[in-house]
Amino acid sequence: MNEAPLTRGERWMRALAGEPATPAPVWCADAPLGGTRTRFIAVVPDERNRFVRARENVVGLEQGWLLARAVRQAIDEDAASARRRPIVAIVDVKSQAYGYREEMLGIHLACAAAVDAYASARLAGHRVVALIVGPAMSGAFLAHGYQANRILALDAPGTMVHAMGKDAAARVTRRSVEALDALGETVTPMSYSLSAFAKLGLLDRLITDVDADAPTAEQIERVRDALVEAIAGIDGSERDLSRRLDNEAARSTRAASIEVRRRLAAQWDAA
Amino acid sequence: MEHLTFEYPAQHVVTSRAHVGVVGSGDLEVLLWPNDAMRTQVAVQTSVDGYGHIWKSVLDRFFSRFDGAVRVEINDFGATPGVVSLRLAEAVEAVQAARDAGGAADPGAPR
Amino acid sequence: MTDQAITAAPFVARESFIELGARERARALLDPGTFRELLGPFDRLTSPWLPLQGIVCQADDGVVIARGTIDGAPAVVAAIESAFQGGSIGEVAGSKIAGALELALRDCENGRPVRPVIVFETGGVRLQEANLGLAVIAEIQSAIVSLRRHVPVVGVIAGMVGCFGGMSLAAALCTRLVMTRQGRLGMNGPEVIEQEAGIDELDATDRLRIWQLIGGAQRVASGFADMLVEDDASAIATAVHVAFSQGVASPHRSEAVQRYLDSLARIDPATVAPEAMRAVFRPCAQQDACDDPACGQHAAPQANREESQ
Repeated sequence: MNEAPLTRGERWMRALAGEPATPAPVWCADAPLGGTRTRFIAVVPDERNRFVRARENVVGLEQGWLLARAVRQAIDEDAASARRRPIVAIVDVKSQAYGYREEMLGIHLACAAAVDAYASARLAGHRVVALIVGPAMSGAFLAHGYQANRILALDAPGTMVHAMGKDAAARVTRRSVEALDALGETVTPMSYSLSAFAKLGLLDRLITDVDADAPTAEQIERVRDALVEAIAGIDGSERDLSRRLDNEAARSTRAASIEVRRRLAAQWDAA
Repeated sequence: MEHLTFEYPAQHVVTSRAHVGVVGSGDLEVLLWPNDAMRTQVAVQTSVDGYGHIWKSVLDRFFSRFDGAVRVEINDFGATPGVVSLRLAEAVEAVQAARDAGGAADPGAPR
Repeated sequence: MTDQAITAAPFVARESFIELGARERARALLDPGTFRELLGPFDRLTSPWLPLQGIVCQADDGVVIARGTIDGAPAVVAAIESAFQGGSIGEVAGSKIAGALELALRDCENGRPVRPVIVFETGGVRLQEANLGLAVIAEIQSAIVSLRRHVPVVGVIAGMVGCFGGMSLAAALCTRLVMTRQGRLGMNGPEVIEQEAGIDELDATDRLRIWQLIGGAQRVASGFADMLVEDDASAIATAVHVAFSQGVASPHRSEAVQRYLDSLARIDPATVAPEAMRAVFRPCAQQDACDDPACGQHAAPQANREESQ
């Protein structure tokens, strides 16, 4: 066992599900949550990963396919049963892996496999919840968490959702990091804050007053309760992501997304 | 980014609409459609500030030769006057072709 | 499916697909005379976010949605215009694609199959719309997974921008991908890899090396794409017809988890090279049949399942 402090993914996996049944980089464990056997999945660092550029909390080649395997195993095992176990994605992923080998060997497909598995789980009737405990960035979040029925997040430093890290984004848009932060206040989708993410109608619950790096037993219990409540709120017939546009925040901040769909439907069949 | 407007007298009715171009670097898109009133109204959104006088010169010249009553929207990303004139000519050609064909507008006019 | 099963017209008769804009590409892929655009420029659904940043909008936000028929069957084409903001996906652009796929799904579920085609020419998320670009890409991905159970979802990657970022994942979810040699398919652009991992990892100016890594010929040869076609509009349209005629796939590339884990295990990361990895990866990516007797992983052909809906 190494001496490095636990990452958020590692810490929350242990806190919520106990010891994982699989090794890094994808930890997977079935554990009770509100009395129901639930599959927990987290991406964690893997210092001995064969792919040198994929040793941190990133989604690389092996991570993508192993995520898919962890989810599909639950789908297959429960296929014949009336009860489809809930799946909780513990999200602490700072990016996809960047590398020559990654591109050569199809990291885009490895990540797509994870997207596919989570979406398929949802379609098969599993209730899927993403719990954001650290960064949830870009392609890594697309692969691990963004296909969930519900998205919850800890309100803590370092927890964020975005398409690009702040330094890289500042470089690309030729602004300072401070200017980027200011921009995020008027251009909501550019913001790095979770409350702005919530304004987009994409966050189902922001869990406050939790120390993400050293949670107390009471805080862990509150997070468990939030997960149980989120899962219970998912109707068995909810198979797609349409709920993301069907809330007050979305009607305000994603009016264009809603209007596009309304007009497409009106024009779909020739007059 | 600048927003500019221009207005010109018109002499004849136009019955179809046209769309040409893309908002790519050095290019522009033009949306052109019939105006109810017997005049032409042009609205320009441009990414490059400070060239209002050039826009005026180009548009004055173009609409001195085309007197259909149209509304025009231009979304510009740094096109030269030559490219602006070209796109306007393409748009007008499209509505004239539609008129000559006797048919309705083809909003999917080729780019 | 073999490479170059589709031969193009004699050179003088060819019409470059790459040189066509999105609108004309959609027109070229639909049966002649059937093109009907939805939410075109005159609908003026533009980005709510670009003007706040001093960026001029395009009236269709860089995506063309067109209905029509393909080989006589109802179809919808979503074509991305790379000339506008690099084909990057913003709220409206992505919602047009997702919305079209969702409506196609609704029709399929009601017994009226619609053939969806996506022409991928994109760098991925539009950074100026960051979290909404990312969100709508997740919605596109969700729609593809649902839709491809009913009808093949066919992707076309022609170039010169190629297909990168979150949309490369969407492309990988498609039933079949048609690529030209000029097309590229990768998750991170070469510039980004050079920036993040250093020039020794990848020199973004080394064009030959990049195309050898992620270009159309390499992707088809290694099983990440299905059909390699010349840059000719009618050849690409024919390839799309063929892709639909092959019916729903089973399993999809993105479902073949154990096979890809096995392939990765056979790779030595220290020495793997584009040419050599083809033989390891390609047999396992053949969706309908392969010539490896030891593979034994293919389901019975599902041709014409679409027609029987």
